Amino acid sequence: MEGHLLDLARLGAAGMLVVSLTMLTQERLFGLVHLYALHALLLAAAVALQALAQHAPHLLVTAAVALAVKGLAIPWALHRIVVRLGIHRDLEKVIGAGPTVLLGLALTVLAVLVVTPPTAGAGALVRQDLAFALAVVLLGLLLMVTRRNAVSQVIGFTSVENGLILAAAGARGMPLVVEFSVAFSVLVAMIVVGIFLFRIRERFDTVDVHALDRFRGERP
Amino acid sequence: MSTSAPYAVLLVPAAAALGLAFVRDPKLGARLNVAASLLTFLASLALLAGERPPPDDLLIVDDLDSTFVALTTLVGFTTSAFSASYIAHELDTGRLTPALLRFYHAMYQLMLGSMILALLADNLGLVWVGVELATLVTVVMVGLYRTEPALEAAWKYFILGSVGIALAFFGTVLTYLAAQGVLGEGLPALAWHRILGAAPRLDPALLDLAFVFVLVGYGTKVGLVPLHAWLPDAHAEGPTPISAVLSGLLLNVALHALLRFRMIVAAHPDALAPGPLMIAAGLASLSFAAFMLYRRRDIKRFFAYSSIEHMGIATFAFGVGGPVANFAGLLHMAMHSLTKSAIFMAVGHVAQACGTQKFAELGGLVRSHPRLAFALGCGMVAIAGLPPFGVFTSEFLVLGSAFATRPLFALPLAAGLLVALGALLLRMLDVLFGEAKAPAAPVRAAWWPLWLHLALVLAAGILLPDPVVQWFRRVAALLG
Repeated sequence: MEGHLLDLARLGAAGMLVVSLTMLTQERLFGLVHLYALHALLLAAAVALQALAQHAPHLLVTAAVALAVKGLAIPWALHRIVVRLGIHRDLEKVIGAGPTVLLGLALTVLAVLVVTPPTAGAGALVRQDLAFALAVVLLGLLLMVTRRNAVSQVIGFTSVENGLILAAAGARGMPLVVEFSVAFSVLVAMIVVGIFLFRIRERFDTVDVHALDRFRGERP
Repeated sequence: MSTSAPYAVLLVPAAAALGLAFVRDPKLGARLNVAASLLTFLASLALLAGERPPPDDLLIVDDLDSTFVALTTLVGFTTSAFSASYIAHELDTGRLTPALLRFYHAMYQLMLGSMILALLADNLGLVWVGVELATLVTVVMVGLYRTEPALEAAWKYFILGSVGIALAFFGTVLTYLAAQGVLGEGLPALAWHRILGAAPRLDPALLDLAFVFVLVGYGTKVGLVPLHAWLPDAHAEGPTPISAVLSGLLLNVALHALLRFRMIVAAHPDALAPGPLMIAAGLASLSFAAFMLYRRRDIKRFFAYSSIEHMGIATFAFGVGGPVANFAGLLHMAMHSLTKSAIFMAVGHVAQACGTQKFAELGGLVRSHPRLAFALGCGMVAIAGLPPFGVFTSEFLVLGSAFATRPLFALPLAAGLLVALGALLLRMLDVLFGEAKAPAAPVRAAWWPLWLHLALVLAAGILLPDPVVQWFRRVAALLG
């Protein structure tokens, strides 16, 4: 029974990886927000299944927080921001979809190669979980780097966090996981509020040389 | 009393942060901020002098931690006094509003508290929480002026900081996994003193991987090249007291977290040697920052690059390892944080008096503000590593120990130091003795924090009292 639950949890983690890859190709902001909601739902499912499999009821709190805050509240708020700031038509990429996905695949392979050999002693199950989690983290970082828009960078950041929580939930008996997940959620909520208050649309990484000059604050 | 000291050091800033959030009057808020910081400093002295309570898996008090806590609270206290005079000027010119200042004071205490938490935490998860909380609070502070460059700097800091957050957390999970096999599940497997004790029995491959993640993660916070890009912007755009605390304290706290992991990895015979990695990162930071100094046109940005340089020197020293180099690294961290915060205090007053941070518009301070020029000049001579100041002592020791054990790496170190020295002297001549370019207003400065820092650095350079040397030697021995 426990084995089946863990298999299902791993399925959820694999689903997160697929969603992460899809997010890299998504050009519309609405689409990105929806994909992010799906990402968080899969995280909630994976963590809940881990909780049942490990007999660790406190992880259910983490799953519930992921579901309520990241799966529902934050996507809803981001949706409103996109509408209010009128940025839903933006096509914003630094590099094209093709190269981004190739980079993403390379990072996924890298994650597996990096994590698998050293964790040989930790058991096959933990190794796969860690590999998935690291891949999700790296893909989230890639998303942050390849986007210019503040909303997509925040989505990248929260998907990185989802990967971290996945890693922490997979490590059996790791203390403070619940506290981490709650703190992360509060943090993301603060950032979303910040974006809305300051109307941050685009931040650094533009290809416009003048903007770069201004951003470095150093003109001759 | 002595066993309650670690809690006092943590609770005072926490309570003050909460209380200051409700103080409407900015002048009163500034005074309360100074009082709370003083109280924390006194509590940290009790911590330093008192006996060491046994670690309880959450907090640990040893010589290393209590030294850093004392340094942190001292600089936190003096900077709060500087901040009071700085803030009064910002209020007069209308750059900051009373509502923002209420927020600022609460955040100042929260930042101090979270740095102390990161230093005193035994649980590696708590270390991470402390470092990240301090980082996020400073992100908010950097954006305090809400101008476009300030928001951009804060956003960039946040994005790059979150990369560090993610990687350091992953490294922490990997460390837990390595420890879990030996120490069992739950809290003990994240307690640093237990992990250190059991280090030789842990899985070396997992430890290697964890250390690489932690080095990159916390290295971002230390400002090691190539992960330094957030640092100059964050220093230049935020309020100057925050630049002083960022440079003087937060970088140290991140390096302290890195040192803990270094001790674990170094205790394992088969794990990778952390030395070469840290030497490489340190040298890269030092050399890169030294050359970058020549091209800076903004005075705060200039000193931010100088901070990258000095953190590089300290990281290099810990990479070399051994009693002398560790001693030198610790001394260098202490000297740098005292000197750099003094410099930022002086720079803050200069920027307020001249109304600009651009080198092109600064000059002739010797004639317009002799006292300020003297203080800034002393600070720059000190940070350049010239005698008779303490930075000279620590840099000399780093260089000496490097020549003794790894002469090949000592050459680029010496070259980097000389290049940075040139840039500092060049700028100092311009700013202090060059032609006056801007109409300068008189300054109302709080002088004593500045003189206190410079006096401490001078005293350390002329003669380090024997008890201090013994103390630092003991702490260096802890580092292995």
